[in-house]
Amino acid sequence: MKKRWLALYVENRPGVLARIAGLFSGKSYNFSSLTVGETEDPTVSRMTLCVAGDDPTFEQIKKQLNHCVEVIKVTDFTNTALHMKEIMYLKVKGCSLKEKNDLFNIAQVFGVKVVDYGKNSLLMECFQTEERNNSLIALVRESYKQVSIVRGGSVAVESISVQDR
Amino acid sequence: MKMKGTEAFVQVLKNEGVDLMFGYPGGYAVDIFNELYDQDDIEVVLPRHEQGAVHAADGYARSTGRVGVCLVTSGPGATNLVTGIATANYDSVPMVCFTGQVPRSLIGNDAFQEADIVGVVRNICKFTIMVRQRKDLVRIMREAFYIARSGKPGPVVVDLPSDMMKEEFDDQFGLPISIRGYKPNTKVHVGQIKRSMEMLKEAKRPLFLVGGGVRLAEAGRVMTDLMEVSGVPAVTTLMGRGTIPTDHPLYFGNAGMHGYYAANVAIKECDLLFSIGTRFSDRITGKIEEFAKNAKIIHVDIESSSISRNIHVDVPIVADAYAAITEMLKRVEHCEVEDWIDRIRGWQAEHPMVQQQPPHTDKLSPETIMREIGRRYTDGIVVTDVGQHQMWSAQYIDLNGNTQFITSGGLGTMGFGFPAAIGAKMGNPDKRVVSISGDGGFQMNLQELATAMAYELPVTVCILNNGFLGMVRQMQELFYDKRYASTCLGWKKSCERNCSDPGKKCPPYTPDFVKLAESYGAVGIRVFDQEQMEAAFDRAAENQNGPTIIEFILDPDELVLPMIKNGATVDQMIVTAPVYTD
Repeated sequence: MKKRWLALYVENRPGVLARIAGLFSGKSYNFSSLTVGETEDPTVSRMTLCVAGDDPTFEQIKKQLNHCVEVIKVTDFTNTALHMKEIMYLKVKGCSLKEKNDLFNIAQVFGVKVVDYGKNSLLMECFQTEERNNSLIALVRESYKQVSIVRGGSVAVESISVQDR
Repeated sequence: MKMKGTEAFVQVLKNEGVDLMFGYPGGYAVDIFNELYDQDDIEVVLPRHEQGAVHAADGYARSTGRVGVCLVTSGPGATNLVTGIATANYDSVPMVCFTGQVPRSLIGNDAFQEADIVGVVRNICKFTIMVRQRKDLVRIMREAFYIARSGKPGPVVVDLPSDMMKEEFDDQFGLPISIRGYKPNTKVHVGQIKRSMEMLKEAKRPLFLVGGGVRLAEAGRVMTDLMEVSGVPAVTTLMGRGTIPTDHPLYFGNAGMHGYYAANVAIKECDLLFSIGTRFSDRITGKIEEFAKNAKIIHVDIESSSISRNIHVDVPIVADAYAAITEMLKRVEHCEVEDWIDRIRGWQAEHPMVQQQPPHTDKLSPETIMREIGRRYTDGIVVTDVGQHQMWSAQYIDLNGNTQFITSGGLGTMGFGFPAAIGAKMGNPDKRVVSISGDGGFQMNLQELATAMAYELPVTVCILNNGFLGMVRQMQELFYDKRYASTCLGWKKSCERNCSDPGKKCPPYTPDFVKLAESYGAVGIRVFDQEQMEAAFDRAAENQNGPTIIEFILDPDELVLPMIKNGATVDQMIVTAPVYTD
């Protein structure tokens, strides 16, 4: 099952998110990530969504989305250079001073910020690719028990001159 | 000029050419009905159930090609439309349903008769929206009609909060319609057409598969021309039945689960399947891996999402069927495929579409009834319900000339036929309309007899009564060891709990359809044999004041054959009825 990314321009009005979500559930498609926000035109929202599926399913999803009156444009990111980032908060509780210092090192290496701090806990604000966030989670979970994670889902934009992700 | 929402509503209907609609009032739609009360040029038909309204609007739309319109109240009024909306959606019927809604200030409060109808129907219609602001009312209504009738047609549901309809606004009625997310395809890719014509010419065993899209595009005539010019034979789907005259020498019947033997074998053996306006439903394909295994497939459909969804397609052509066929006719050449046609004729001779000797020869056979209907209702409208009678109708009724065949093919909605026939008759007062149902399906919307009486609609209502939900019973007989679970409609408390052998000891059937008809003031006739049948049809033709119910008493052992079991292949087709030795 390949992961593929799509961007949708949709009408910014009540029920449109439900329409898209309903299409996925009604046809048994899966998305692993979906973000939505207003664009420069307040009547238009842009969704970034990640779909896991085989090629025919992916083609069918694109067609079905295009078929929705509420969907203005579907962009397939499969062969597109992108800037794509995900925001994630990672909170670790119940750690000693040494463990907190270790977490500072991890944050430095990963290039994420420690934005809050307490006697036994620490909060990282991570703004990086989904894959890097996955790696960070895996690393922290190896050594810490009380980890809570809040992920925002990826947003993506087509690059101007950069050729890779 | 400022006008109320209800006034603007009526104005849009008039501008869209609506002169007939189906409406059932209620608390949050009463203002609109009040406005319609004064409109002499819009007839509002009152059914006896909202489901009757929506199926009637569907039958009206299918038979006239115009947009069917219905108007109901909020909550239960709206939710009663659901099955009808899904039915129309599946078969691409242009329809606009208006639903009353509670005032905006009450939405979300669990107000009396509140239902989130937009949320309910979102996935079963072409488009749905609530009009939240009075200034958008006229634009949204006009877009609703445009969306319903353009591209691949379908039902649109517009939800109208009652307080919004009371507000005044200075509307503009003539603005151009532009929906940025909806641009139906109107062009034909000529390159693909050329390629398809080359493939047709090269093919040794080409076959057209003609679906409902050809009917929707009103392309039956050009399709027949294409067959004649190319000399290539054709089969149809259930929804395509009637687009080609059924007595045409190049036509070999319906394909699919209960299709003709020759048609199904031809699909198996062809080397080019040229399909137009069909979505390769599972009823057509059976086991998908084995379907048209030896063939390249060309697929013409108005919706790109229908192509390569169920089956791999070699040449996709996204186009309206009429536009595509017209382009083909400019380029098509005659194909030398006489040998191939002879082979299909051979299969046809092997298993012709005639019923075998019925189990009890003193009783009417379905084939006899259907052939009689075909003879009598030429240039009329045949509307079926769903079940065995539907398949027999599709197998045995000859559709030549202008006879229309209306059936719930996609969703397979029992209870559709009779109200749809009412809608068809209202839209075509000069045509003869015959409704064919089973005893099960008819009972799902029999309340519409009152509507047919009220409007004095001379519809012939054939009920094929075998006392069973016959299609399911047939499956139980063939594949479930004759365990007739919940399919006997004659069962009463005095019967054994699990009766597998209905016979002479059965209690009388309920209801008595003849008395039922009479209680509505309609004519009811019960028919056991051929002589009675002819007299009954004569009587129905004479009765111009209301519906005539003809109840045909059938043997429950009658099967729809041939049959390809769900998910099976052509080679596993059941052609002859099993002989039971026990």
